[in-house]
Amino acid sequence: MNGFKTFLQNLRELPQTVRYSLIRHGTPSSDRARSQAVFSNFFLHIQATRVHKHTLKFATTLGLGIIAMAMFLILCISGVLLMVYYKPATDQAYDSLKDIIFVVPTGRMMRNIHRWAAHGMVLVVLLHMARVFFTGSYKGPRQFNWALGMVLLILTLALSFTGYLLPWDQLAYWAITIGANIAQSPREITDALGITEQFDPGGMQKTLLLGASSVGQEALIRFYVLHVAVLPVALLLALGVHFWRIRKDGGLARPDDVNEKLGADRREHGREIFPALQQADAKPTRTYGLMAMVRGKSPAVDRGPEHTVPAWPNLFYAEMAVAMFSTAVIVALAYFLDAPLKERANPSVPENPAKAPWYFLGLQEMVSYSAFMGGVGIPSIVVIGLGLIPYLDREERPNDVGVWFGGPEGRKVCLLSLLFSVLSCVAILAFTVKYGWLRNWIPSISQLWITAFNPGTLFVGLYAAWSLLILKRTNSTRMAALALFTCFIVSFFILTYFATFLRGPNWDFYWSQSDWPVH
Amino acid sequence: MSIPNEGRFAKPVERRDFLGLAALGSFCLTSAAAILGSLKLPMPSVLPEADSRIKIGPPDRFAPGSATNFPERSLWVHRDGSGIYAISAICTHLGCVTKREKDGSFHCPCHGSKFAADGTVTGGPAPKGLEYLKVSRLPSGELVVDLQKKVPAQERLAV
Repeated sequence: MNGFKTFLQNLRELPQTVRYSLIRHGTPSSDRARSQAVFSNFFLHIQATRVHKHTLKFATTLGLGIIAMAMFLILCISGVLLMVYYKPATDQAYDSLKDIIFVVPTGRMMRNIHRWAAHGMVLVVLLHMARVFFTGSYKGPRQFNWALGMVLLILTLALSFTGYLLPWDQLAYWAITIGANIAQSPREITDALGITEQFDPGGMQKTLLLGASSVGQEALIRFYVLHVAVLPVALLLALGVHFWRIRKDGGLARPDDVNEKLGADRREHGREIFPALQQADAKPTRTYGLMAMVRGKSPAVDRGPEHTVPAWPNLFYAEMAVAMFSTAVIVALAYFLDAPLKERANPSVPENPAKAPWYFLGLQEMVSYSAFMGGVGIPSIVVIGLGLIPYLDREERPNDVGVWFGGPEGRKVCLLSLLFSVLSCVAILAFTVKYGWLRNWIPSISQLWITAFNPGTLFVGLYAAWSLLILKRTNSTRMAALALFTCFIVSFFILTYFATFLRGPNWDFYWSQSDWPVH
Repeated sequence: MSIPNEGRFAKPVERRDFLGLAALGSFCLTSAAAILGSLKLPMPSVLPEADSRIKIGPPDRFAPGSATNFPERSLWVHRDGSGIYAISAICTHLGCVTKREKDGSFHCPCHGSKFAADGTVTGGPAPKGLEYLKVSRLPSGELVVDLQKKVPAQERLAV
């Protein structure tokens, strides 16, 4: 009978015991208990238990990282839902899109959400990169997280690119045809040297990407696999490391003098927050449990907990607010704006103009000078250059990290660079539109000349020279980096604007879309 | 403070270290071989495509001075005084299909490349002229174009 009694008691206490096995504590009612909860919960422990007040200020981050994360979550959920109906076959893909739009309950809304969140994610990731750069947050010990950010940027763009083919409409087909031929564009060099027969990395890349010599069923299934499996998993992995590094690198970057500026630390609820630290002989000795066993030191060690507040609720409320705001914006956009769907893909008649999504249009403008330089050469230079910034600019300036535009001197450099890059970018574009380029002047010129010397490489050379000039003038690698990055971001947006609004049929220049010839 | 084990590679490798390194090395080597071997799969050895050779009819189908379009294959077959030649309408820049204008020149809608009637590049970003494709004659007299076989520019099949 005793066994039966025990069983009954176990049954009665089932809710409590299951709950205790899941969460080892009750509803935390004090800051200390909440911090303990954050520390011991798998999903919460990606956050620090305490965050600095400066981190929570809107102007520190503009919430961009969390917005990007929210976009990614929205994309995962809406993407999986779209997969329920989407069929990755050339003869069914377009029809399944039509089904999703016109038949599937909430299908149109879900597709709109997926499309606008994708555009939003690219935009926000770019802005996030600019924020981290301009606040000097890539400086040591956060170098690697900046490099990891470049990986995340590339994965984000790759996800957009692979997703672009799936609707199998005219825009999809021709944008991917152009993209695949950019992968093949090293032939521009090998052809000019006459070695394509023996050594053809371009052709290999294209074949690997498309599984055929043109965009078709093989390409569609490859892009689908990349889009729904390979790239999201890779991005999630990199994202995990990216978040983990934020903690390991000592939280978000903040100015050296931030604690002095904030004044004396306020007591929370009239109590002393760190009783242990208030003893006369106590030193701030925050450390992690493993610290006793592993070599090296965490950047967080020796930094006192002054001016920090518990992550629960301060940080969590802020994050939830940002996530809700992002979702609301995307839902509103999806409600009012339909994602475009052109006619079914037609391999014998290209769209005119065939434009890539907006974030690739700057590149498209550059490939209209040289396929290899604009599509492979310059993007590689930019990505490698951006990734190396924290390793080439290791300067430790007072009041630089965590300060927008690197203080007054940096602000001046940024403004000058803005002026310089706007003027030079517009001037070169205007010149190219008006007078053409080498091929128009010397029709028989070797392609190698054009590959090496075109408006795109001119931009790169000019901005590099400008940055070196700033380096010489200021003797500061941070100022040179600010100059270069400002030029990059300005020309990115000018080229994007130019290709979006001022390029028409046959990639000719038009002041307005209403001037496009009717055909 | 001296850090234990620092600079141990300056000393001769000890037996224990050697075995450990050998284990690590063989692990890395086999993993790399496995990954590289797996990567062979996505590289197709046979392209899943229709026969690249298409019959275009007897030579007298093409009047001297004419240009005939085969839109499905993005192909233009010309005939002039010295013979027949086939030009691929696919732009050598980034693979869009060029459009033949009234004057016989080809314009690419994607990035504005321009080609003369005989395929030579006259403007825009295209690195070279339009491709000339192999035209041959079957025993029956019918002409065949091989879309995969490029021939030097200006080569013609005398008829």
